[in-house]
Amino acid sequence: MDRRLQFAFVLLCLGLLSSTARSDLVVSKAERLVDLNSHIVRVLSKLKVENEGPDDVSEVLLALPDAQAKNLAAIRTFYSDGKLGFVLPTEPIEPKGMPSDVTYYSIALPKKLGKGKTVSLDVLSIFTRSLKPFPEEITQAESQLVVYTDNMYYTSPYPVKYQSLVFRLPGRVESYTKYPKVELVKSELRYGPFEMQPAFSYSPVVVHFENNNPFAVANELVREIEISHWGNVRVTEQYTISHGGASLKNGFSRIEYQARPYMRGASSFRVLIAKLPARAHSVYYRDEIGNISTSHFWGDSQRTQLEIEPRFPIFGGWKTTFTIGYSLPLHDFLFEADGGKRVLNMTFGCPLDEVLVEKHIVKVVLPEGSKDITVATLFPTKQSEDVKYSHLDILGRPVVVLEKDNVVPEHNLYFQVYYKFNNISLLSEPMMLIVGIFLLFVACIVYMHTDLAISKTSSSYLEKLQWEEVQATVQHIKNIFDQYLAAHDKLESSLRDLSRSGDVQSCKAARKAADAQFKELAKELKPLLTFLQSCSQASSILPKIEELVTKEKEMQEKEMAKHTTVVDCFEKKLGGKDIESRIASQQQKLTSLKQEVESLLDSISEI
Amino acid sequence: MATSKVEGSSSLRHAFGGVLSVFILFLIGVVAFSIRLFSVIKYESVIHEFDPYFNYRVTQFLSKNGIYDFWNWFDDRTWYPLGRVIGGTVYPGLTLTAGTMWKLANSLNIPLSVETVCVFTAPIFSAFAAWATYLLTKEVKGPGAGITAAAILAMVPSYISRSVAGSYDNEAVAIFALIFTFYLYIKTLNTGSLFYATLNSLAYFYMVCSWGGYTFIINLIPMHVLLCIVTGRYSSRLYIAYAPLVVLGTLLAALVPVVGFNAVMTSEHFGSFLVFIIIHVVALVYYIKGILTPRLFKVATTLVLTVGIAVCAVVVAILVALVASSPTKGWSGRSLSLLDPTYASKYIPIIASVSEHQPPTWPSYFMDINVLAFLVPAGIVACFLPLSDASSFAVLYLVTSVYFSGVMVRLMLVLAPAACIMSGIALSEAFGVLTRSMKFHITKYFECSHTEAPAKLGESTSTESSAPLENMTKSDTTEKPEVARKEKVARRKQKKEKELTENAHVKPVSAKKERRPLVLPLEASIVSVFLLIVLGGLYVLHCVWAAAEAYSAPSIVLTSHSHDGLHVFDDFREAYAWLRHNTEVDDKVASWWDYGYQTTAMANRTVIVDNNTWNNTHIATVGTAMSSPEKAAWEIFNSLDVKYVLVVFGGLVGYPSDDINKFLWMVRIGGGVFPHIKEADYLKDGQYRVDAQATHTMLNCLMYKLSYYRFVETDGKGFDRVRRYEIGKKHFKLTHFEEVFTTHHWMVRIYKLKPQKNRIRGKSRKSKLGSKSTSSKSGGMTHKNPWN
Repeated sequence: MDRRLQFAFVLLCLGLLSSTARSDLVVSKAERLVDLNSHIVRVLSKLKVENEGPDDVSEVLLALPDAQAKNLAAIRTFYSDGKLGFVLPTEPIEPKGMPSDVTYYSIALPKKLGKGKTVSLDVLSIFTRSLKPFPEEITQAESQLVVYTDNMYYTSPYPVKYQSLVFRLPGRVESYTKYPKVELVKSELRYGPFEMQPAFSYSPVVVHFENNNPFAVANELVREIEISHWGNVRVTEQYTISHGGASLKNGFSRIEYQARPYMRGASSFRVLIAKLPARAHSVYYRDEIGNISTSHFWGDSQRTQLEIEPRFPIFGGWKTTFTIGYSLPLHDFLFEADGGKRVLNMTFGCPLDEVLVEKHIVKVVLPEGSKDITVATLFPTKQSEDVKYSHLDILGRPVVVLEKDNVVPEHNLYFQVYYKFNNISLLSEPMMLIVGIFLLFVACIVYMHTDLAISKTSSSYLEKLQWEEVQATVQHIKNIFDQYLAAHDKLESSLRDLSRSGDVQSCKAARKAADAQFKELAKELKPLLTFLQSCSQASSILPKIEELVTKEKEMQEKEMAKHTTVVDCFEKKLGGKDIESRIASQQQKLTSLKQEVESLLDSISEI
Repeated sequence: MATSKVEGSSSLRHAFGGVLSVFILFLIGVVAFSIRLFSVIKYESVIHEFDPYFNYRVTQFLSKNGIYDFWNWFDDRTWYPLGRVIGGTVYPGLTLTAGTMWKLANSLNIPLSVETVCVFTAPIFSAFAAWATYLLTKEVKGPGAGITAAAILAMVPSYISRSVAGSYDNEAVAIFALIFTFYLYIKTLNTGSLFYATLNSLAYFYMVCSWGGYTFIINLIPMHVLLCIVTGRYSSRLYIAYAPLVVLGTLLAALVPVVGFNAVMTSEHFGSFLVFIIIHVVALVYYIKGILTPRLFKVATTLVLTVGIAVCAVVVAILVALVASSPTKGWSGRSLSLLDPTYASKYIPIIASVSEHQPPTWPSYFMDINVLAFLVPAGIVACFLPLSDASSFAVLYLVTSVYFSGVMVRLMLVLAPAACIMSGIALSEAFGVLTRSMKFHITKYFECSHTEAPAKLGESTSTESSAPLENMTKSDTTEKPEVARKEKVARRKQKKEKELTENAHVKPVSAKKERRPLVLPLEASIVSVFLLIVLGGLYVLHCVWAAAEAYSAPSIVLTSHSHDGLHVFDDFREAYAWLRHNTEVDDKVASWWDYGYQTTAMANRTVIVDNNTWNNTHIATVGTAMSSPEKAAWEIFNSLDVKYVLVVFGGLVGYPSDDINKFLWMVRIGGGVFPHIKEADYLKDGQYRVDAQATHTMLNCLMYKLSYYRFVETDGKGFDRVRRYEIGKKHFKLTHFEEVFTTHHWMVRIYKLKPQKNRIRGKSRKSKLGSKSTSSKSGGMTHKNPWN
């Protein structure tokens, strides 16, 4: 308090000294409404500024004591000319010849303020960390009490003719600065009106009141927005959330919390509500040790809401971390801009309600191959560039990093990223995969078909070659025998034809043809057999093949004999029964021979 | 032209068969992978249980710091204040595997987190294990049995229980390594190729890296070698299969830090060296037999035998003396408890306290291998028809693993592949016999009904009796040649083709088949095939049920179905997250050792003891603290620099595996080292209870107090839903501990040690007495529940 008084005294002196410096302008009316409901303090000052000097004025100065200015998260001036309302640029400046413990902001007026004219300005300034918990440590059962300090008078470089101050409070008031002109009505604490105060008037006002609204502070938030031109925007938000209020002492008792959560544990919060853009889908909510199962999600075409509950209720001084991720349809956020550019239009801030973000980092991951990247934001941010590698990237994806401290919900404005991107690049990764798999198959084929033996003269290699040759020969022999069998079949069928049609001539012709084929095949077989005999490796198969040859010869003889018999019988016009009885024994032998031949063939083919 | 077509189609058929079996194997891999994903679908992609958390943490360290730091990693987050040398005390196979997979994916810019890789390592390796089973069974009994065995292994519940997605434990890769090592051993045995022998040593090395169960391999293979030698099956192939494995394998095994010189020093490995000597003697004998005449050989035998036996006796005596000089006879506690199932419960309560080290019950066999239990005997029979080196190995593997699974429920896992191989052989043989007889009958039927008689039929199953009969029918029918023949020729060709493919598929059995044709009646075989298919179907149903319901729970998240839907109990992670974010980084947390790995991995806080259980005294200290009264416990914990004490309590929601139910083990283990803790003090008439009849010691020990602190205020009576009675002591205060966090369902309660009170001269004793009297009085004083 002492320091504050000293400070006020200094201010007052300075104010008296410099009161003449800007005497042209006069604040004819200043109504301040200080909203203390949440831990983010919003001060709305309705100003009427009058030009009493002779010259036209184009800018209006605002003043904030440094103690407050360091907590300032945003300042915005609204101006209305009757019909349209717009936001006036408000920039910090350092004017000369003014008291130095004060930070100044200049508002550029849309048109010059002539002599005797008045302009109405609504200045919204947002302060963070201005509510100090007092006491600083409370037990679970106690409510959280906080102290807010402000100037009873409007701090201004101009004299203020008429002013008032209203605090809007969330609950019980423990104490407040007593003053003649003060009244407490329900949840509003009113000071004033005060008239004719000189510039830089100062008188401290302190309010000590109960505030159990969540003091949710995100110590760090990393928002990663990843664009895929296949139609998706993936947003991943990593939070480190803590409770910025009075810290908990004497431990946490679950029984008390469960018995009466709102009485015992009033200062804690257990639910956070995230307002996501419409049509958000594929939402997840997890932390480094897995999924967090306590969340609710609902949405319609206008908006999507995600209600998340951290793993444990957050009491003063506690903290936790978690990650939220969701996907958005690309066409809602990406548009074509002039000059063939594309523009991404997204909100900057954090989607959680009434959360102060101390360090806010937005990373926009553009697709691989994006060029000419520019960013447009409505407030100053620290920009840098980075590269991220993911999903089979070669060059990496360009990343735009935007950093800003002390981000409040009022910063939840749109920002734009402009970049150039060629749609052909989309195909590069699928093509890469296709080529990769193709090459794999080619490599397999090459491996199967090349001879990778190092020594071409080693005995095992030669053996292997010979073995392959033997196998080929055996295969060839097998084919020949298949042809033999086919010839046999032909003969048999000619006999059947004979029994049906009685055409002896054609039957004989068939026999002749078969004879010729048998001879030809025998010729073909000979060199193969001699080769096998010469090969040492074929010794295991050779007996079988030789057996096959003899069996086949026998079969040929039998077949021929049968054929002759049948033809003879036909020529002698014998009856079917007779023929049957004559060839019965031959037939039996033939069948068994055929079986043997076929089983031999099978056993050979098994090698 | 016709012939070339036949030839082309046959090679095409071979190629088709090959492609088909590759495709089937691929599908088996897919099944093995996807049946293990129930846990991810029903719960989430998260690491399960206890040990996997440690492996996960090690993998994280490996992926972050690289391999060299990993070998030298001294972990100061555990076993405070002793710490643990991680690089030298873990089997690194699993972590290196997952780390390599992660690195590979990341080098290709595939953004997978370490956790994802760890979660899916086990399913991937299950697919590999199924393929390794195919290879092994193919070596034993042909590809048909191989595919069947692979399909069975892909979904055997016993293996699923240890390899669901998220179960990131050594067994996940070790079973693959085990089967693959066996495959390479059999492959070497069948081919006699030194190439496979070298691969075998490498596979053995991987197994040594992965799991302590490698001793099973290094004992089973020598046993098989010995069996082969004794049954007169010694061959040079056997020598090639065994000798390089012992030499290379032992050298490689010694490279693994956790094994090191154990590979030559402990008794687990002595069997292999003994057999190594024996096989050399046998090889020498065979060699000498080859170069000597029979008479000379006889002389030499007697000479060598007399000298040899004397030398052997001396060597054995020295060995026995050496081994006997060590207290555990050179065996590690776990191996000893395998050989003598009562050993652990007698001497090492810490091994006996682990539920997976208990012997299994009969229902657990049915649960874990289901119908395989009935198929296995048939498989054994099939392995004896005929008995080869490979099939004798399969039988030996089965028999030993049945014994081990009977000792420890955990080793059911080793039994599972053996049972799968046996059942695969049995099923494939049964199908072979049945389909063959069906085909025989159908072909016959086909011939009878049509006039044509394809003479081929006898080829596969011809019997003496059927041949004349066929000829009779044939000679009858050749007279009536009205039917269109061409069609029949075509059909015959088709049939021939079919039979050819059939032959190709049952190749290895065909040799036997010729010798011993077995034809069952058609109806019987149809019914049997149908029944076998039903049996297989039941098995699949059971496996899917087991995978979905019984083995997918991650155990850190519990769910219960109630009338108002699914209820999730996520208390463990709630507590760990709280510890992680709201305590100092260097705070020490004391809990029973079960939660050590999870606390270090999820909460990132230093623990006093963990699941590694290497230091019995340290665990006994914590057990003693938990079983002591508050003051004594506070002193023990304070001397260990503990700041928080974590207990798991299931009494509110009925979670049975809480600390109160484990408490008797804490008493036993604590009492084993600190004799002032006596189990009898905690038991009332031999019964363990915490209700009104419980002993005074029980109701005043720290574990009781921390579990039930202010519990009575929940319902006014203090009804414990696990024990199903009202607790004994309902109202008491804590003097040296302070509750700092309790999770939503009270499953985890965290207490903080109160700082030491300022000492007031001469008053300390008095105040102590005073506090005691208040705490005992308080039972009567605050009788009313403030909430009701």
